[in-house]
Amino acid sequence: MLNSYIENTLQFYQEKCINCLICTQVCPHGVFTEGKEHVELTKPSACMECGACAVNCPVEAIDVQSGVGCAWAMIGAALKGKDMDSDACCCGEDGCC
Amino acid sequence: MDNTRDTGSCCKPDSKADTDQFIQMIGLDKNSPAPVIRETTSTLTFNDRFDHFLARWGVKRSGHKVKPGIYKLGTPNTDSPVFVSANYTLSFDALRSSLKNIDCYILVIDTKGINVWCAAGKGTFGTDEIVYRIRWSGLDKIVNHRNLILPQLGAPGVSAHEVKRRSGFKVEYGPVRAEDLPEYLRNYTATHDMRKIRFTFRDRLVLTPIEFIHVIKPTFIAAIILYLLSGPFAAILAIVTAFAGTVLFPVLLPYLPAHDLSIKGIVLGWLIALPFGIFHAANTNMPLWKEILVLMAMFLIVPAVTGYLALNFTGCTTYTSRTGVKKEIFRYVPYMALKAGIGMLCLIILGIIHLMEMI
Repeated sequence: MLNSYIENTLQFYQEKCINCLICTQVCPHGVFTEGKEHVELTKPSACMECGACAVNCPVEAIDVQSGVGCAWAMIGAALKGKDMDSDACCCGEDGCC
Repeated sequence: MDNTRDTGSCCKPDSKADTDQFIQMIGLDKNSPAPVIRETTSTLTFNDRFDHFLARWGVKRSGHKVKPGIYKLGTPNTDSPVFVSANYTLSFDALRSSLKNIDCYILVIDTKGINVWCAAGKGTFGTDEIVYRIRWSGLDKIVNHRNLILPQLGAPGVSAHEVKRRSGFKVEYGPVRAEDLPEYLRNYTATHDMRKIRFTFRDRLVLTPIEFIHVIKPTFIAAIILYLLSGPFAAILAIVTAFAGTVLFPVLLPYLPAHDLSIKGIVLGWLIALPFGIFHAANTNMPLWKEILVLMAMFLIVPAVTGYLALNFTGCTTYTSRTGVKKEIFRYVPYMALKAGIGMLCLIILGIIHLMEMI
């Protein structure tokens, strides 16, 4: 209750991981940490779905439906009758951030 | 090894208009000659700081741009490091002012005057643009090495292995904050702390002017209407509510209870409405039913407004996921709308009675 951020779309396929550690470098929330055979998904609920790990993973061991968590943009898109997921970001000319 | 992935669409489903614009931009720029190497310094002048101030207050929102291209800082040679930055003044200035006494090149790419993280989220600080700018600027003739240092927050838009495959340049992600660069450069490694995004008091405070400016117009309209219908008390409450939702909320963010921003905002609304409610109840000689209507309007509308403003702050935080924000919208917006609706009904009833009494 009162926490909408416990679940997200982050998926880690550890069998594909080659332990290059790039995900541990790009993640701003320390979701992945160094492991022995492969990286460890230590804090999945801290993921903000920025997608940095997935785009930089050379073996596609990470999958996430990335997007900007911006209510302004999503409500704006919904009000204009667009798909809430299609509008990429709020940071346009009159953006919020 | 990774040819199946299309870099343009891996991070974000860009709208077609954006893509077309991007292609057009490349097409136009391809006809222009190779750019000159511009010079820059690591010193921020008064004018720079004044420009930062204006940017923070939303003056000429999209006018804080740097020309894309190669800049040299100090006296770099062919072995000097190359940093990549966005063409937003605040991004570029944060980088150069952190590179005191470091001879280097800065490759400014065109992000349409948007900061690194937001542009990366949108894909404009992205693989295509970087690969294109490397070729356009003839970077391979300017330096002997094949390394680029990117801000870590550019990573959502950039695929390091794709840049390497397409341009030959190896992408290294520097720290989140430019201020950590001197330490990073000692052995080209960032500590865990440097890799973590924060959202400090100062980070939140600098966002408040633009937040308040965004709501200033509707706030004054509401304040004037309320002043005419009910007097200065209601008008002041309207302004205080907007101020609370846009300025107090970001500042108090970590201290408000619950995790969801909407709940935090609603709680803040109650805290704001409470002293006004007590003051009103103590200083009035209205009939009881009227008193109840006033208090209901206050305690329903104020938290609904601050809650909604708080929800809209999600895009400015450094940690909210899209999935979570969507969940918040579906969970709380109907509730806020209901509260605001009933509150407005109370106000309308009060307004009609007020007008009838005047006649």
